[in-house]
Amino acid sequence: MGTATETDRSGGSNRLDRRLLLERLSSYWLVGAGLFAVALFGLIVLTLVQQSIPIVSEYSLFQMMTSSNWDPAADEFGFLPAIVGTIYVTVLSMAMGTPLAILAAIYIAEYAEGRTKVLVSSFIDVLAAIPSVIFGLVGLIVVVPFVGDYLAPAVGAHSIGLGIVTVSLVMAIIVTPFMISLSVESLEALPDELRESSLGVGATKWETIRTVLLRAAGPGIFSAILLGFGRVFGATIVPAMLIGGQTAIPESPFDAGETLPTLIVNDFGELMSIPLTQSALILVGLMLLVIVWIFNFGAMLVRRRLQRRWQY
Amino acid sequence: MDRYTEQRLFGFLARASAALILGVLVMVVGVTLWRGGRVFVTDPAVMVTAPGSRYMLDGGGGFLHAVLGSIFIVVPATVVASILAISTAMFLQSDYSSERTSDVINMFLNVLWGTPPIVYGVFVLTIIIAVGAQTSLIFGTIAIAIFQYPIMTRYADEALRAAPDAVKEASYGLGATRFETARMTVRAALPGVIAGIIMGFARGIGDAATVLFTAGRSTQMPGGPFDPATTLPILIFEQAASFNAEVRSHAYAASFVLIVAVLALILASKLLAGRFARFAPGGRHS
Repeated sequence: MGTATETDRSGGSNRLDRRLLLERLSSYWLVGAGLFAVALFGLIVLTLVQQSIPIVSEYSLFQMMTSSNWDPAADEFGFLPAIVGTIYVTVLSMAMGTPLAILAAIYIAEYAEGRTKVLVSSFIDVLAAIPSVIFGLVGLIVVVPFVGDYLAPAVGAHSIGLGIVTVSLVMAIIVTPFMISLSVESLEALPDELRESSLGVGATKWETIRTVLLRAAGPGIFSAILLGFGRVFGATIVPAMLIGGQTAIPESPFDAGETLPTLIVNDFGELMSIPLTQSALILVGLMLLVIVWIFNFGAMLVRRRLQRRWQY
Repeated sequence: MDRYTEQRLFGFLARASAALILGVLVMVVGVTLWRGGRVFVTDPAVMVTAPGSRYMLDGGGGFLHAVLGSIFIVVPATVVASILAISTAMFLQSDYSSERTSDVINMFLNVLWGTPPIVYGVFVLTIIIAVGAQTSLIFGTIAIAIFQYPIMTRYADEALRAAPDAVKEASYGLGATRFETARMTVRAALPGVIAGIIMGFARGIGDAATVLFTAGRSTQMPGGPFDPATTLPILIFEQAASFNAEVRSHAYAASFVLIVAVLALILASKLLAGRFARFAPGGRHS
């Protein structure tokens, strides 16, 4: 018994040393891991900035953004068609996706109950996890013929099926699960007293939702929409598969076109022999990063500001 | 329109929107399974056959190269990313960093989380060019790991935040060090952490934009970590619009494999999260 305590004690001090050493080593590692996030971001920004210097020093940024002539072989770098295409796709997808997402979020948060609710929200999670290439493939099989044969003739436009509308239809579905889950989260965080007092003074369920709940959950929903904008903006695979790749400014939404990410996909790799092209495409990547950053930052600011203004 | 009609109208619209989204989900999964399933029925060996020498032209052989490429790229990437993500999430707990530091790092993580995958692809390709290497399996792994890292960190951080404070207090009360306490917290939050890792894996295996330029779009079996490789999403992306019906059908079969893998992973994450709930205080089996 006595010897056992002896060995325990000596072993214990040894073990304490080991534990403290592990503590010290692990704290270095964890601080490193925490800083890794910042370092990674810094490294990405620095690399992209440094690599896009050659093109910016050669041509003015304004000139590149407003020129519609993209012909790297002739040293012409105009981003305008891609910028117009990106704006088209983003605005159209969000115009279709946002109401859909908000209404579906209202359904899940306010109407659905019990098992239906669990089932519907886990289906939404599944939708969020489906890879975008699969959406692209199904788009090719289903949406392209639909747009080319029915939708475009119905509104009197001509379309080969591939084009901005096709991409927007698919992207509108892809962004919804993401916006739904954020909106549902902020709707469900609201206290039940809000619902009870609104219903108690005689408002209908819809009036409660429209005038009280959407307002109180507004900051969260707003930032979900802004984050959704960022998502559509940076979407790559679906536009690359469905937009049809055309380096001219699209005349109608049914035209083929290009977006900033598809510009990168189509030209990277093939044109690496021309160093300026590489630099121009990296500049496009940097632009994507900065704009998405603005959307994210805007979402954060909006949430903070509106939270103060729309207090309940 | 009186208020009751309005109420009924919007109640209907809300239900219709949810139904529409679910309908689209069913259609996407259904079309993928149907089209891919038909290919498997006529040619069951397509998944385990190596591609022929003129694969992109005549679709000879199968797409085993993409299946193996996906596994060899995404599994190591998930291991690396989950270790980093759990460490970062541990650091973000108050024991190692102040509230302010956590906020700043969280802001950067949010930005990384929202960054389009194509930017990671461009970033890694720039590094490949800078070091004079060629696009290969190892760089695909790096790109996917960078892509998964913010996703997993967010899940892990949320799970650790939701772990009861009592675990931490009890652990410190018994004289445990910070690292031992952090390990206990991770254990208590294990269901969420595991779910996060699996979701990260699912996102990684389905993403094409990050690996499109970095893994090398090879049409041969992957030789080693420094040889070009390809993944299932790249294969689908490249072959979905091919003029050769045989090549196109391989894209359908590949999307069948991919969607089954993703659905199985989601199911596994739900089941495993339930299983590991016994480690969590107040969990089902505690």
